[in-house]
Amino acid sequence: MSPLSPAEWEILVLSLKVGGVAIAAALPVSFALAWVLARWRFPGKVLVDAMVHLPLVLPPVVTGWLLLLAFSPNALLGGFLERTLGLTFLFRWTGAALAAAVMALPLMVRAMRLSLEAVDRRLESAARTLGAGPWRTFVTVTLPLSANGVLAALVLGFARSVGEFGATITFASNIPGETQTLPLAIYSALQVPGSDLQVARLAGLSVVLSVAALVLSEWLARRSGQERGRHVV
Amino acid sequence: MSFDITLTLKRGERRMDYAFVAGAGLTALFGPSGAGKTSLLDAVAGLLRPAEGRIAVAGATLFDSAARIDLKPEKRRCGYVFQDLRLFPHRSVRRNLEFGRREGSTLDWDHTLDLLGIAGLLDRMPATLSGGEAQRVAIGRALLSAPEFLLMDEPLASVDVARREDILRLIERIRDELRLPILYVSHDRAEVERLAQTIVPVAGPGIDAA
Repeated sequence: MSPLSPAEWEILVLSLKVGGVAIAAALPVSFALAWVLARWRFPGKVLVDAMVHLPLVLPPVVTGWLLLLAFSPNALLGGFLERTLGLTFLFRWTGAALAAAVMALPLMVRAMRLSLEAVDRRLESAARTLGAGPWRTFVTVTLPLSANGVLAALVLGFARSVGEFGATITFASNIPGETQTLPLAIYSALQVPGSDLQVARLAGLSVVLSVAALVLSEWLARRSGQERGRHVV
Repeated sequence: MSFDITLTLKRGERRMDYAFVAGAGLTALFGPSGAGKTSLLDAVAGLLRPAEGRIAVAGATLFDSAARIDLKPEKRRCGYVFQDLRLFPHRSVRRNLEFGRREGSTLDWDHTLDLLGIAGLLDRMPATLSGGEAQRVAIGRALLSAPEFLLMDEPLASVDVARREDILRLIERIRDELRLPILYVSHDRAEVERLAQTIVPVAGPGIDAA
């Protein structure tokens, strides 16, 4: 006998799907942004930095509204994506994933930027003198040395995605089985009188999910730390 | 000629000029700390772009501002033993040594480990090595990349006194048996006089008049 009802399973699976797709989509974009912010110097960098942080400081409802402006089918970007890739976001789970990805982006960029800035550039130049080109240097030195930051970014991003409420309900709406992730389901249950038990069960589920993500990341980080021994050159 | 170098490095207000020609064996750059000796090694390795000049090592032109030649660091075939060693902290000694490994060295894997006495360290992580052990691993990593020449920056800096003689003998063997041109940085006169065939004094930076 499953401890979860079929409706609860549906909510859980949908939340995992939305969170997973959101961080998978946000990963390459946020890594590229983290790289640019950590390594490049160019005029207007402050502006890029501010843009990246916008979803962190704006009210989520405003972010959701901006997403509506950009990605509804008759908007420029939304129309283009529908015509070229057949991607629609409004009232779809893809919309929930997009909202979650945008909300997770600043946290992911920050975590990865910090870890990239912490990579000792002198080790990269040592790799170059040993015959490694820029790409091999990136894969064998930079990436492994910043792996913990990437991992932290994934966990933070996932937790943020699974917990996202304001932008999602504004942009993708609250449709059971399509865009109703855990927080939205809790919100809906709260509207129904006498559903205290249902609310408590869903809240407990989100606690379990968050703690599981945290424990997993801690375990992965420890494993890579042990391989390296103490952190001295 | 082993080293044929004429160049100017600029760092902000500082301007450093170097010009020397050196034959076979070990060429020591000798001068006080902060005179720009490491900067010159970085320029020869391709890690620092000179303002102008020419760098030729063992007949190969690595940099020539007039001819617009500027080989990438990975194409220069130099074995650089950094003062701060720069062993990869996330790789075991074995995987550090294998990183730049290239066949065609005058010295094969076993011979190198033997010469340096590091065969017993292969499965250790760099963080667990003593200063002298790490130093020998760094030299081994440079040698195993089958370099055309060596750059050594204060290779006795992180070695305790008891181990200095071992490393000095080792450098002499590399110089005499492998016959690799070596550009060597030190501020220790006795060390330089013992090892070097050519001594290049590096006085320090002048102030850019422009």
